[in-house]
Amino acid sequence: MSLVTTQSAAEIRARNKELIEETLKVYPEKTAKRRAKHLNVHESGKSDCGVKSNLKSIPGVMTIRGCAYAGSKGVVWGPIKDMVHISHGPVGCGQYSWGSRRNYYVGTTGIDTFVTLQLTSDFQEKDIVFGGDKKLIKLIDEIQELFPLNNGITIQSECPIGLIGDDIEAVSRAKSNEYDGKTIVPVRCEGFRGVSQSLGHHIANDAVRDWIFDKNGPDSKPEFESTPYDVAIIGDYNIGGDAWSSRILLEEMGLRVIAQWSGDGSLAELEATPKAKLNILHCYRSMNYISRHMEEKFGIPWCEYNFFGPSKIAESLRKIASFFDDKIKEGAERVIEKYQPLVNAVIAKYRPRLQGKTVMLFVGGLRPRHVIGAYEDLGMEVIGTGYEFGHNDDYQRTAQHYVKDSTLIYDDLNGYEFERFVEKLQPDLVGSGIKEKYVFQKMGVPFRQMHSWDYSGPYHGYDGFAIFARDMDMAVNSPIWKKVKAPWKDVPKPKLLAAE
Amino acid sequence: MAQSAEHVLDHFELFRGPEYQQMLAKKKAFENPRDPAEVERVKEWTKTLEYREKNFAREALTINPAKACQPLGAVFASVGFEGTLPFVHGSQGCVAYYRSHLSRHFKEPSSCVSSSMTEDAAVFGGLNNMVDGLANSYNMYKPKMIAVSTTCMAEVIGDDLNAFIKTSKEKGAVPADFDVPFAHTPAFVGSHITGYDNALKGILEHFWDGKAGTAPKLERKPNDKVNFIGGFDGYTVGNLREIKRILELMGVEYTILADNSEVFDTPTDGEFRMYDGGTTLDEAANAVHAKGTISMQQWSTEKTLPFIADHGQDVLAFNYPMGVSATDDFLMALSLLSGKGIPEELARERGRLVDAMTDSSAHIHGKKFAIYGDPDLCYGLAAFLLELGAEPIHVLSTNGNKAWEEKTKALLAGSTFGQDCNVYPGRDLWHMRSLLFTEPVDYLIGNTYGKYLERDTGTPLIRIGFPVFDRHHHHRSPVWGYQGGMNVLVKILDKIFDEIDKKTSLLGKTDYSFDIIR
Repeated sequence: MSLVTTQSAAEIRARNKELIEETLKVYPEKTAKRRAKHLNVHESGKSDCGVKSNLKSIPGVMTIRGCAYAGSKGVVWGPIKDMVHISHGPVGCGQYSWGSRRNYYVGTTGIDTFVTLQLTSDFQEKDIVFGGDKKLIKLIDEIQELFPLNNGITIQSECPIGLIGDDIEAVSRAKSNEYDGKTIVPVRCEGFRGVSQSLGHHIANDAVRDWIFDKNGPDSKPEFESTPYDVAIIGDYNIGGDAWSSRILLEEMGLRVIAQWSGDGSLAELEATPKAKLNILHCYRSMNYISRHMEEKFGIPWCEYNFFGPSKIAESLRKIASFFDDKIKEGAERVIEKYQPLVNAVIAKYRPRLQGKTVMLFVGGLRPRHVIGAYEDLGMEVIGTGYEFGHNDDYQRTAQHYVKDSTLIYDDLNGYEFERFVEKLQPDLVGSGIKEKYVFQKMGVPFRQMHSWDYSGPYHGYDGFAIFARDMDMAVNSPIWKKVKAPWKDVPKPKLLAAE
Repeated sequence: MAQSAEHVLDHFELFRGPEYQQMLAKKKAFENPRDPAEVERVKEWTKTLEYREKNFAREALTINPAKACQPLGAVFASVGFEGTLPFVHGSQGCVAYYRSHLSRHFKEPSSCVSSSMTEDAAVFGGLNNMVDGLANSYNMYKPKMIAVSTTCMAEVIGDDLNAFIKTSKEKGAVPADFDVPFAHTPAFVGSHITGYDNALKGILEHFWDGKAGTAPKLERKPNDKVNFIGGFDGYTVGNLREIKRILELMGVEYTILADNSEVFDTPTDGEFRMYDGGTTLDEAANAVHAKGTISMQQWSTEKTLPFIADHGQDVLAFNYPMGVSATDDFLMALSLLSGKGIPEELARERGRLVDAMTDSSAHIHGKKFAIYGDPDLCYGLAAFLLELGAEPIHVLSTNGNKAWEEKTKALLAGSTFGQDCNVYPGRDLWHMRSLLFTEPVDYLIGNTYGKYLERDTGTPLIRIGFPVFDRHHHHRSPVWGYQGGMNVLVKILDKIFDEIDKKTSLLGKTDYSFDIIR
């Protein structure tokens, strides 16, 4: 049981401030100054969390962040299933990101869908010396020959591309002309660009704008009858099937989903999105750019939503419905009512086991705030949270809608800080990534991976909430945590000795 | 609605229900899907010889390679030294990838730092990143040594590690006498096994050859010890422990170089050990005096072994020795080098492995296998299969070179069971897909990614290799030594028996052959 629950907000604030000060002592002076700006304690009523964000990571500290390539290939583009995504450069980037993100999709892999293939130009020294454009030209021909049913190609740049002066845009245009206007998208997501995955998301969004929307224009294909209820799901990567357990709710309330960005998505869906009446945006961080663009260019409104946990789901369904007529508003109420017995049963079963348990989170995208409501639905309390690659607008949303007073806030957390914080605050559960998982489990702290759902999921929607609750329960209440200490090492000193 | 609190449906059940299936069928209309007949036609076409020819004619495109890049191997080798923090100079995303990759295989923490170079460093060079990075790592993580390697970004812009580390020390980032060995590990040369080799050589060079000009070179005073190098190995935990047991049984005085068997297998007891075990820095330095060095993987130590030989030691390279004869050769060579006899206990272990092979050989004899993986692993597996009377048909190594091809061909040519086998250096798993369709085999041996081949071609996969992400704990058991051979044998047999059961379990159709005794 955590230490915090018995303390007042003021005590917690003082303790957290002290913890930050204590932790900063390890750093050389310059580093301590820089890191101090990223750590704080939330004060309720403030418009943001009082931390700097989206700044360069400090060398040598063991940042948890990734790179722009990870943001583009790994997050935004990789899940588009009917396009072939080339990891352009040396072999490693594509290899380490091969199939690891669990963007589920339906298709005949290797024939009409390609998400779990690792296609790379596998750069050798001569490609660095002489440039890789010729190899890229040949490689596109080979894709066309071996994967004739692909609906498009993207070129995901790895670090060397931008350093050796390759012109992948020229190659893309030339090959597109050669193949009757085929969609070929060059993406300048070299890993050294920006400070994290985040710029990769932005670059990938811009590539959709420049190489898909601008190419097609708003009135082009596909040909389907529009309805007043057409919406697009934006920023759901279908991890463990998240987009599916979301889509089913939207359709049950009477909406028609015409596109998924980008989990289980297709080129046709990207192209059709300018016909949507509303873009509904789950991961604001990675896809707000294209949502804003569609608003400006095509006049499509967008609204953020949160499908983690029944409180936020109901709130979101009503919010989405508010953009439509009574039919949809009634539909939202019908859906909420339909799932209420499931929600009641899940809460009745799991809340008593999880009530009062504390959680520390460190994740990317939307999760450091979005999942808080789901934990609260189960009676759990989030006592620390932070973003791997958030910006100030993420921290604003967090402060204004999610975190409680005195919550510990940490931006671009590193291994050292995370260990110290967990050691001191002793949460009942930590939610973070694969690199953190085993560190905390060794310490005897229950852990769930909150990027990959620890190979579980979906966690979105009502169906997902049941799985979420079950997973948190089995992490926190696993009997194994009682076995961490060897019994002969756990014994208090015999009293006899003390008496001597 | 199928979901319930009483019986929570997971993703593999939930989406099979009619509501989701109908939803997904409706979604199709928005996907501009290909004509199903056309999909079927192309699917069948990819199984043909014609497709195989086009596939093998590829010159630019690599599809599903069985190799990773150099720095992964450098990190793997570096953590095999006591208190050592791997420091990769270049873009930070790479380090996130290596750590994730190693953690997914070993189910263990993997600690490593990056110098977090960004666009300005691409223009001006990464010196400041190195200086600040070393100072931060040194203060935060209190390592005994920081082993530096590079990502391709730092290599493309030509950062000079030797000069950078020197400057960092001058600027006080770390004490002047603090050990910072380094290796250039460009991702566009070789693979993870090359990176292992470069990093290990870099560390030995540092200790033996005067710490980058800051100390006198060590003078070799030969002793009776034997150095042992495992190479890049997904089974490092089980294998190195087994090797230590064997060395101790024989009474050989030894030093394991890059002993990462502890750091990738720390206990859960309330404490996170960022560093654990490993070759001590003294041992690393004193390894120069050893009588000789044995490498279990020739192609993981192509530069390290000649470097050691140049210092006057006898060196010996094996190719991932697996099974009876390869283990015999290893033990006899070890005996010869160390002057220690092979104890009776090992002879008994040998006898047990031979016993097990005689008991089971009828089920393996004549079965056809395809193998892929790192070059030494492929060689070792092929040799063991030949001993079992199995027939390797395709042996493929994406990071295998011409010399590997020739050596492996010679091995196969020397056995009646290797006559129908072809060797494929530099090829990938999409090539393997064509091979399995056009020249089918009974079983496939490889890493986790082989499951895509198993799904496409129906060839049952036996998971031996790196990485294995989707099965747990196999890295804890050895595959070297006679006992390791036993583990491999059991793994192969289990799959064979499971497959027979699977094929004979249709009630009312194949009630025969569903045997209780085999």
